[in-house]
Amino acid sequence: MRLLTPDFGLVFWMVLGFGILFFILSKFAWKPILSALKEREQSIEGSLRQAEKAREDMSKLVAKNEELLNQAKEERNEILREAREAAEKVKTDIVARAQKEAEEKLKQAIREIDIQKMAAIVEVKNAAGLMALDIAEKVIRKELKGNPEQVAYVNQLAKEAKLN
Amino acid sequence: MIDPVLLQAAADATGYGLAGIGAGLAALGAGVGIGQIGKGALESIARQPEAVNDIRANMILTAALVEGAAIVAILVGMLVVFIK
Amino acid sequence: MISHPNTSLKYILCTLILAVGLQFSAIAEHTDEHPAHAPHATEVSTTSADAHPAPHGEQKFDAGKMILEHILDAHDWHLFGHTSIHLPVILYTDKGFEVFSSGKFEHGHATVQGKHYSYRLHDEKVIVVDETGAENAAATAAIKDISITKNVLALLISIVVLIAIFIPISNRYQQNPNRAPSGLQSLLEPIILFIQDNIAIPNIGKKNYGKYMPFLLTVFFFILVNNLLGLIPFFPGGANVTGNISVTFTLSAIVLIIVIVTSNKHYWQHILAMPGVPKPVLLILTPIEILGFVIRPFVLMMRLFANITAGHIVILSFISLIFIFGAMSATAGYGISIFSMLLVVFMSLLELLVAFLQAYVFTLLSAIYFGSAIEEGHHEEGHH
Repeated sequence: MRLLTPDFGLVFWMVLGFGILFFILSKFAWKPILSALKEREQSIEGSLRQAEKAREDMSKLVAKNEELLNQAKEERNEILREAREAAEKVKTDIVARAQKEAEEKLKQAIREIDIQKMAAIVEVKNAAGLMALDIAEKVIRKELKGNPEQVAYVNQLAKEAKLN
Repeated sequence: MIDPVLLQAAADATGYGLAGIGAGLAALGAGVGIGQIGKGALESIARQPEAVNDIRANMILTAALVEGAAIVAILVGMLVVFIK
Repeated sequence: MISHPNTSLKYILCTLILAVGLQFSAIAEHTDEHPAHAPHATEVSTTSADAHPAPHGEQKFDAGKMILEHILDAHDWHLFGHTSIHLPVILYTDKGFEVFSSGKFEHGHATVQGKHYSYRLHDEKVIVVDETGAENAAATAAIKDISITKNVLALLISIVVLIAIFIPISNRYQQNPNRAPSGLQSLLEPIILFIQDNIAIPNIGKKNYGKYMPFLLTVFFFILVNNLLGLIPFFPGGANVTGNISVTFTLSAIVLIIVIVTSNKHYWQHILAMPGVPKPVLLILTPIEILGFVIRPFVLMMRLFANITAGHIVILSFISLIFIFGAMSATAGYGISIFSMLLVVFMSLLELLVAFLQAYVFTLLSAIYFGSAIEEGHHEEGHH
């Protein structure tokens, strides 16, 4: 039965001993240990957060560099495109001008030819008139024996005749 | 003509025997109960190995509660033996 | 847990040493029985029969008696052979204090004449006797025995051990909290964190757990150290402190007092009149709840006591087997000792586990108990 009945003396010492133990340990052991553990936990958490922030900054920096590079590339492409466009323009200008000149030369040549042609026609007309007059003179001379009125009339006719 | 001392001894012996049987029955019940808990816990761990810590804590807790019933039974057995 | 072959070897070695030590201490006490008692047996033969119901039991090895002697408290502490520490007897009688050495009782065979009364030791309990040697029951009932018994001394040793372990560790934390733990600190820190993160926070709640942490930690390490000291079979250990009902009674009483002091209105409301439950059901439920309120600390007390005591009984029973068989024939004793020792080693390993487990269970159940006492009522709408 002694096994199952609490004994006054032991309970007394247990209350006293456990009380003292609880007091000493909570004041001198648990309080500093728990606060130190909490502090450590917080410092670890802080370091982790800092590391995370540094990584974020790093990735931001990398992204910025990339952007700068892209911008430079774009600028280069722009410059190249502009240069190519300018060259193209110069080329087309030159070709156009040459074409224009050639056309003008052609037109001038045609005009010259026209003038020459007209001159030649007038000459041919004159020559043909004279020839026809000559023939007609000879014919008429043979028939009329030199009639000046007739000659004048023939001349007038020759003048009126159209060669075209 | 039976000696009363002998009769008392026989009664004592029967009391101890019954207390022993009682303790055995309590152990049997608790054994079955804790076995069931272990079975359930192992099956749960097999199904969800990632929850092993939670399951273990709850298993120990439940086993402790089942054990409490067995302890009360053993205590009754002890009282039967000691209170004479 | 056993990762290195080297460390596992160490564990086995430690356990073997422990088991061998346990065996020697048991043998020492057993052989001690005859010579220690023999010189006094003649002069106090009449009272010897009074103290031990069976006079011839002294001659034979009585396993039950030996085991009970180990488990129960005593006024002196056997070391080995004939040597034992005589602890002081402190009595508070109705006439004043009385202090003398327990060696004066001569293992219960002598009457001590104190300042106020004469005392005898009956079944390790101090009783007042008159001149004729008969018990003075009224005076016996009046004395308060606050002697430094075996368990009290073991308790004080465990307190010294705990303080000696934790104060230097706490100093190390104070010096630099951010340094990596080393030595004993690295062994204990995970345990402290385990109690905080796996016992206190989930069961008490993030808001209030800090208040209870000192008690939970003290209780855990107190039970653990006493469990482990109880497993050591020689002097500083070997006492059955956590397997003593007085100790577990005090611990659970403290738990109950903390619950009563810190509990809120909601907790009592749930016990006395569960909200949202019809009146007729309350007639059944309320007595059950009140019973549960008393039974919880009671089972807390019995669980620790029964587990630790049972462990001691089982180990001692296996050792007793050697002497029971040895009494039949020496060969049988030696033969059975091999199997006994193997079983003792096995049981000691199991008891190591139980030492941790019971400390954990006591702390966990206390935490759950505290948690239920301060729980805020916001789930009662959910019932209906």
